[in-house]
Amino acid sequence: MSGDTLLEVDDLRVTFPTRTGLVQAVRGVSFSLGRERLGIVGESGSGKSQTGRAIMGLTPPQAEVSARKLAFDGIDLLSISPRERRALRGNRIAMILQDPKYSLDPVMTIGRQIVETLRTHEKVSKAEARERALAMLQAVQIRDPARVFDLYPHEVSGGMGQRAMIAMMLITGPELMIADEPTSALDVTVQLDVLKILDKLVAERGMGLIFISHDLRLVSSFCDRVVVMYAGKVVEQIEASELRDAQHPYTRGLLNCMPRIGFERHPLPVLDRKPEWAA
Amino acid sequence: MTAAIAIQGLEVVFDRFRALKGVSLEVREGESYGLVGESGSGKSTLLRAIAGLAPVASGTITVNGKTLGKTRDKPFYRDVQMVFQDPYGSLHPRQTVDRLLQEPLAIHGIADGEKRIERALDEVGLGKGFRFRYAHQLSGGQRQRVAIARALILEPSILLLDEPTSALDASVQAEVLNLLEEVRRRRKLTFLMVSHDLAIITHMCERLMVMQNGEAVETLTASQLIGHRVSEDYTRNLLRASEGFVRA
Repeated sequence: MSGDTLLEVDDLRVTFPTRTGLVQAVRGVSFSLGRERLGIVGESGSGKSQTGRAIMGLTPPQAEVSARKLAFDGIDLLSISPRERRALRGNRIAMILQDPKYSLDPVMTIGRQIVETLRTHEKVSKAEARERALAMLQAVQIRDPARVFDLYPHEVSGGMGQRAMIAMMLITGPELMIADEPTSALDVTVQLDVLKILDKLVAERGMGLIFISHDLRLVSSFCDRVVVMYAGKVVEQIEASELRDAQHPYTRGLLNCMPRIGFERHPLPVLDRKPEWAA
Repeated sequence: MTAAIAIQGLEVVFDRFRALKGVSLEVREGESYGLVGESGSGKSTLLRAIAGLAPVASGTITVNGKTLGKTRDKPFYRDVQMVFQDPYGSLHPRQTVDRLLQEPLAIHGIADGEKRIERALDEVGLGKGFRFRYAHQLSGGQRQRVAIARALILEPSILLLDEPTSALDASVQAEVLNLLEEVRRRRKLTFLMVSHDLAIITHMCERLMVMQNGEAVETLTASQLIGHRVSEDYTRNLLRASEGFVRA
């Protein structure tokens, strides 16, 4: 396998059993990722989060994941044991979730959570782990790392919590980072701070990043390439810089339907969903 | 022109926390007015104070020339209705759409319910087929339409909108914003709308107030904002943030 392909996804499918039969949340998604920033965009129910979770190995147990190929750095993710998968998860592949309020452990201090992540994957002394956790908190631009280290998640703001989560995910030096709506729960100004930190760290460490979001404009300003999903399928893959020339009516509709300052349109254009998009 | 809503020195205090620190505001009749700010700025609290859902410590609120006391009477709620942010939380999960829409009519003793329900559903773009469904059988956008129908069924003159589209997908948001603009034009409503999104507020409103930490930062017209003619740094920051991520 070539040196610069980090992740290969070919014909990924995620199927959920429901009372009314099988529902395919992801229906044949294919893309490959190098050390770059890839955005996955779509509306709720488009399968973007399930795609990320399937790569991470966090699909609910009742659902079934299949793919012609799902390989990370040449390792076939679907055939390795849960134990091997666990060793990858949080170590070489990490994931940032949407809301720090729910995704951090409420009864553990932030510092302990970061140290726990590190000591799960690396043999380091307690003192060294603490040292590295503090350095990591510094790297995500937390001004007083020693104080934040001893705080519980409910004692910090949303932006601070999300930085702590980024610190926790980066401490093992992952090669692939999946960020599922990492800034959607934050205020706009805080959102940009967090994105700036994420951007800097991803660039410095040469990670591959999958940025999952419903916000096409945000993704296109942050990522190199964008995968647009609709009803479990990829409808378009496009360089972020060429988004303006997007071909698929869904992509264009998504771009157009948001109000923009200085571009008055009354009424706003709405999406005319065609059944063949989902076919 | 007369003021539909006039607020003078409004203070809202929760225990010892001052959520609103002497905010004054005037919304003209038929105007669409926006409140923008980050979480904790007090924008929703201001809206809730008007509706009687937040503890007012001092200051006065005048709606259509009547100064409000501690409690709101029935005619007030006929005149002022509110649409909430989360359509998943604001509709009763065990009531059909029909039942949901009957509730305000029953409270106010309005007789021609049948006709009004049909008209209200029609107005928000939901057919008769939705009348006997439950909230969980509807999508987020359809639910918000039901919430708007419920607010409109009493024929109010003022609509308080608390982030009416922030729980919706972008394309559905466009549909709901269009619907709101259309009913406002048709019924000559006054809107007081809260959002954290500057673009939505400039799209929907003629004037707006930027809020931070329970205080008014500045009051602007939409065209001032579009032309970046703002005087406060905080507003400038918000404007920059709304333009999206820019790599340094």
